[in-house]
Order: sequence, then structure tokens, then C-alpha cells
Amino acid sequence: MAKISVEDLKRIKEKTSQESSLRGGETTVKVTVHMGTCGIAAGARSVMNTLLEEKAESNRTDIKIVAAGCLGMCSSEPNITVEIVGQEPIVYKKMDPNKTRQVFRRHILKGEVQTDFALGKG
Amino acid sequence: MKELSLHILDLVENSIQAGATQIDIKIDETHLHTHIKITVTDNGKGIDPAMLAVISDPFVTSRTTRRVGLGIALFKAASERCEGIFSIQSRQGNGTTVTATFAIDHLDRAPLGDLGATMTTLIAGYPDIGIRYHHILFQDSFTMNTAELKSGLDTVELNDPAILSRIKEMINDFCKQ
Ligand code: FES
Repeated sequence: MAKISVEDLKRIKEKTSQESSLRGGETTVKVTVHMGTCGIAAGARSVMNTLLEEKAESNRTDIKIVAAGCLGMCSSEPNITVEIVGQEPIVYKKMDPNKTRQVFRRHILKGEVQTDFALGKG
Repeated sequence: MKELSLHILDLVENSIQAGATQIDIKIDETHLHTHIKITVTDNGKGIDPAMLAVISDPFVTSRTTRRVGLGIALFKAASERCEGIFSIQSRQGNGTTVTATFAIDHLDRAPLGDLGATMTTLIAGYPDIGIRYHHILFQDSFTMNTAELKSGLDTVELNDPAILSRIKEMINDFCKQ
């Protein structure tokens, strides 16, 4: 029987923990992926996985990516909400992996809100 | 939904909305030697009997019922479309179990799909939820228990990028056999 084991993950953690112990720190960006039924059907899972990949590449431990229930706006799914400390939250609509990458690199990393995809502030 | 793994993600999302803190996902690809059986069990607040009676009906569209009902109705339809049997059991205060079978060879059966992506989405997206995943193939089986991993690793969260990608890789390697 195969199993995801503690030992296996421990080895990986040891490899990465030296780097991340230098960084540490608080969360300054929170990205929420809305996971209602329509969101999932429309591709929210690949949006989430794209965000996780981008976060891994950015080496930023202060970015938190979470899932939550839907916003109740079926026609604009998948939606994500980007909250940067001290700024108004931005909801993005009809996300796909490409748009997600753009939002991550421009808005999250550089602070430039991508108004083309923004649904509004909220 | 294009993949059964997306239905699973949606069922778990329902469970979390119902206040579940522990979710068991079981996939048995050997059921009757002809079917895949998917079971999702949670410890959420359960569904009241009136709601339970109509929850798998896609035409129940009142705003409050829809948020839980729609995905379950889609899951039921996906199962029945390929000679499967669907059932849902729930007791208020005691959690809910949703089960469906799917004839493996049926033309309309969606593939299991990217289970690794479903699991990493759940682990990263809901770090406080306990997830047990058990997958049975003909010769082999696979398990993951997030509570066990968290306590073994001495952490409250598993969302280190390297750990997540390892989990995804292991699950998808297993599924590919
Ligand atoms: S299910 Fe969330 S908007 Fe439709």
C-alpha cells in the first residue's frame, strides 16, 4: 500500500526550511479563490494551482492563498479576491491560468491593479 | 464537470460550508469489478430532512438551497448517466455521506482526472480542515491523512510549496498506474 508519509515530507521540509527560516514574517497579501459549484466547473481549481505555482516561484512567504465559498456571481466565475494590506480588496472575474499569472505578477508582485479583469472593489 | 475529481472538490466544498472539520474521501476503482465508487463523508452539521428530500433535484433553485443543492444534483446526474447508483445519507448534527458509483466502461463516464490538483487545492485552500484520502486500485491502494502529516511534521499547515508539489506528484503517480 502506497502512502504519503511523514518521513517523505520531512526530507522535503528539511531541504526548504533553511531558506524559508530566513524569510518568515507576516502575511501581507491574501488571495481568495472562490470555490462554488460554478466556479469549480468554470476552472477555479486550475486558477488555484496556478496561484500556488506562482507563489512557489516568487519565493514569497508573506503571500497567503486560500479557498472560500462562492460570491454568488455565477456568470463571472471563476472569481478571485486579492487583498493587499492597507489597500482595498479587488475582485477579479472570469479568471483562467493566463490572467491569473498576469494578476500575480503585475498586481501582487508590483502593485499594478489589472483593471481589465477587475469586477470591482469589494 | 469534466472530471470526477472536480465533483469531489465540489462535494468537499459543500461539506466545508456545512461546518465540517474532517472529511473522508474514498475512491474504489474495484467496486463490483465494473464500477468506480466515490464516497465523501463529513462531520458537518448535516442536512435537514426536508432539504435532503429535494437536494438532488436540479430544479430546486431557491437561492438558499441552490448553493448546496446544485453540485450534488450534478454528481447524481453524472452517476446515473453511466449506470451508477447515487445515495446521500445525512443526520442533523452528525454529518453527511454522499456515495455514487460509475460504470467504468460507460461512454459517458468522465475521467477521474487530476486528483493531485484537487487534493492540493483542498490542502492549501483549507489548511484547517482534516482530510483523509483513500484510493483503491486493483492491486494497490493509496492513503493520505493530513492530520497525521501535520502532527508528524510539527506544523499546523502543509502549504509549503515544495510539500504541496510532492503530494500532488505522489497522488498523480499513483493514479497513472
Ligand atoms: S455557485 Fe457560486 S456563483 Fe454559482
